[in-house]
Amino acid sequence: MDVVVTNERMAAYLRDNHDKVVGRWTDLVVAGVRGRTSREEVRRELEDLYALVVRVLSGADEHAAGELTAALTELSSGRARDGFTPSETAVGVFSLKEAVYELVADSPDLVPEFYALSRLVDDLGLRTFEAYSATREQIITDQATAMLELSTPVVRLWEGIIAVPLVGTLDSARTQLVMEKLLDTLVATGADHAVIDITGVPTVDTEVAQHLLKTVSAARLLGADCTISGIRPQVAQTIVSLGIEFGDIATKASLADALALALRQAGMKVVPL
Amino acid sequence: MERVPILKIGQTLFVSIQIDLQDESVIRLQEDLADELAASGAHGVIIDITAVEIVDSFIGRMLTTIGSISRLFDAETVLVGMRPAVAITLTELGLSLKGVRTALNAEKGLEILNGKS
Amino acid sequence: MDELSIQSGDDVVRVRQFVRNAAADNGLSLVDQTKLVTAASELARNTLVHGGGGTARVEVVKSANGRAGVKLYFTDEGPGIPDIEQALTDGWSTGTGLGLGLSGARRLVDEFELTSKPGAGTSVTVVKWSR
Repeated sequence: MDVVVTNERMAAYLRDNHDKVVGRWTDLVVAGVRGRTSREEVRRELEDLYALVVRVLSGADEHAAGELTAALTELSSGRARDGFTPSETAVGVFSLKEAVYELVADSPDLVPEFYALSRLVDDLGLRTFEAYSATREQIITDQATAMLELSTPVVRLWEGIIAVPLVGTLDSARTQLVMEKLLDTLVATGADHAVIDITGVPTVDTEVAQHLLKTVSAARLLGADCTISGIRPQVAQTIVSLGIEFGDIATKASLADALALALRQAGMKVVPL
Repeated sequence: MERVPILKIGQTLFVSIQIDLQDESVIRLQEDLADELAASGAHGVIIDITAVEIVDSFIGRMLTTIGSISRLFDAETVLVGMRPAVAITLTELGLSLKGVRTALNAEKGLEILNGKS
Repeated sequence: MDELSIQSGDDVVRVRQFVRNAAADNGLSLVDQTKLVTAASELARNTLVHGGGGTARVEVVKSANGRAGVKLYFTDEGPGIPDIEQALTDGWSTGTGLGLGLSGARRLVDEFELTSKPGAGTSVTVVKWSR
């Protein structure tokens, strides 16, 4: 939703006093920027914003409000990425009021006009905070995704046998990623056996068991046999007490046992030299 | 209406689904396969869905039905080449495709069929 | 928002392709595209077979935090669904073919809404968001 405040007198005033106001505004913003951006760059950004503010105030152009919101969002996101706090960016926006006030302080007949400008600038200041939040949220989401990717390796144990060592909780987001990586690896390596090791999964409850079953089902649709390994004693007891059935899926205590089983099924045997 | 060709090589029938099948074509394939199985006495059917991007409940049911029909003719059906995205979706849907074996590709599918006898 | 008529099997195929493109164009992952198109296929078929024909609408939407999503509307003026509860838990066994596929479609999407009255048609709305 865009901010729309119109006041033609103020728009005209801003147009007439363009250089003075933008100059003063730039001074105020540069003081707050403390050298992190050059004066020329600040002036350029403020010129663009100023022009949009005047257009919105003049009320003549219905697209101006949308463009102003967009320009402000871009400015704010850029500042956020450059390490500015949202307050610093907002204060910069608010200082437009100060720049204008210094000029109209002696003209009481311009009070309603100044108030209109003040309302507009206040809303713009709030926008900068919203834009900042949104950018940070995106960074957090991206990092979470990256972490998820890193913690889900799929390794080749032997010709035709791959393993997925799971570490950490298995929630639905993780399960989706595990299924995708496992299946893509099956296709890429032509493997026909997958070992899903859950040694590193702290708790196995009904939900986790369902996720495991789903993963095995998906792998089977690609013709792969699956073994679940890494069943610790406490986990085994929990599974039984919860009445979870793994049906015809082979389960083993250790990855080593699962590998031996897979090799046997592949018709191979390990002998000493 | 598109008709999916059925190839006979030795004792095996090969079907490769290449396009986005319309329901009528799906039913037609089922009928053609039944006819061909009866006429040829083939021991196995390989259905290649490498090029198939969507398997919904209708196609899923057809595949299961073909599996059942083949068994009546003492033939085994192997579904090969399922795409990961399709497998994940089917699992989410809870479609188990019971009665149909699966393999990564046609070559492995044949190994299954030959290993059987 | 785009509107597609569903009056034949070919139309169901067309809906699938349209939804596939919309999903791909709006940042949905391959798996999510597949899920959405599969759900669309189920719902379009229901509209055709149980609803006697109807329309599908495809809309690109934006979430509160800026994520793009694809919203689909399926409507028909058919006989409606007498027992919605049952329809939503029904028919996902492998062989029977009686299920409406609604429960399955619901599992594949992020948001699912169904309104139906016997004699007054059915309307299903689903949304799948990009991640």
